[in-house]
Amino acid sequence: MKMIIHKLFWAWSFEKEERWLNEMSNKGWQLSDVGVCRYTFEEGLPGEYVYRLEMLNNLPKHPESVHYIRFIEDTGAEHVGSLLRWVYFRKKAGENGFDLFSDIDSRIKHLNGILVLVGFVFGVILLSGIYYMLAWLSHGAQFNIVSGIICLIVGLGIGYGFVHLFLQKRRLEKEKILHE
Amino acid sequence: MTEVHMTNENIALTEAVYYILLALYSPLHGYGIMQKVADLSSGRVHLAAGTLYGALSTLLEKGWIVALPGERNSRKKEYEITPLGKRMAMNELSRLRELLENGEKIIEGRKYENDNS
Repeated sequence: MKMIIHKLFWAWSFEKEERWLNEMSNKGWQLSDVGVCRYTFEEGLPGEYVYRLEMLNNLPKHPESVHYIRFIEDTGAEHVGSLLRWVYFRKKAGENGFDLFSDIDSRIKHLNGILVLVGFVFGVILLSGIYYMLAWLSHGAQFNIVSGIICLIVGLGIGYGFVHLFLQKRRLEKEKILHE
Repeated sequence: MTEVHMTNENIALTEAVYYILLALYSPLHGYGIMQKVADLSSGRVHLAAGTLYGALSTLLEKGWIVALPGERNSRKKEYEITPLGKRMAMNELSRLRELLENGEKIIEGRKYENDNS
């Protein structure tokens, strides 16, 4: 039996997304495909797989990503699907669990990649917002003020995500002072 | 042997890097390294695949390990430590020895005083 669930997760809440996928797995629903806000599950054994997601530095078709995905697969994990630069892996639950990162450094590096992307989008949206606002100030036009307000609201949301990721990274960096 | 060079090369290795270097004294592929490190540490250290991949890329770049030319058209690449990598592992070993000796002197010395009181 298959089940499709439409759900939206932001890039900065990928850990929440991961938790949700693992909760679904515990209930016996195993992710088999991903699309835009679209998750396909197949009925399986409860807790059969552990899911992990990661944002790669390149699109999944890029040779470097292909090489990386193959490396992960060779360690006994499965590549369930990809969405833009995000890849979804799973591995049969075993006594050692399944993680993509085992030290603080690689976690920080992963967060950095997401931070750069979220920061870039934040910058673009913010600049567009300012542009529309300036256009409205000089020419009026309802279109400009509406677009400007939309950009600023979206920008605020993304800004929240950026701060969230940044604080997460700061916590890890503090921990790194004491241990790896 | 207590020369001190203040270069990057004398900074402590991470646990992951140290154990990867030890594992690669004989050639292994990625999954083999994970298993070997778990064995060596009696199951304490489990390298995650993504972390291992990042460490291998850096070690290759630095020339501390090499990728062996593919044998028997297997798609899994094998890696091995280089002489430079062995030197790094040896440096780390003497650093660890110093940590261990000082720890024993001070921590176990203190315990000894407590026992007397």
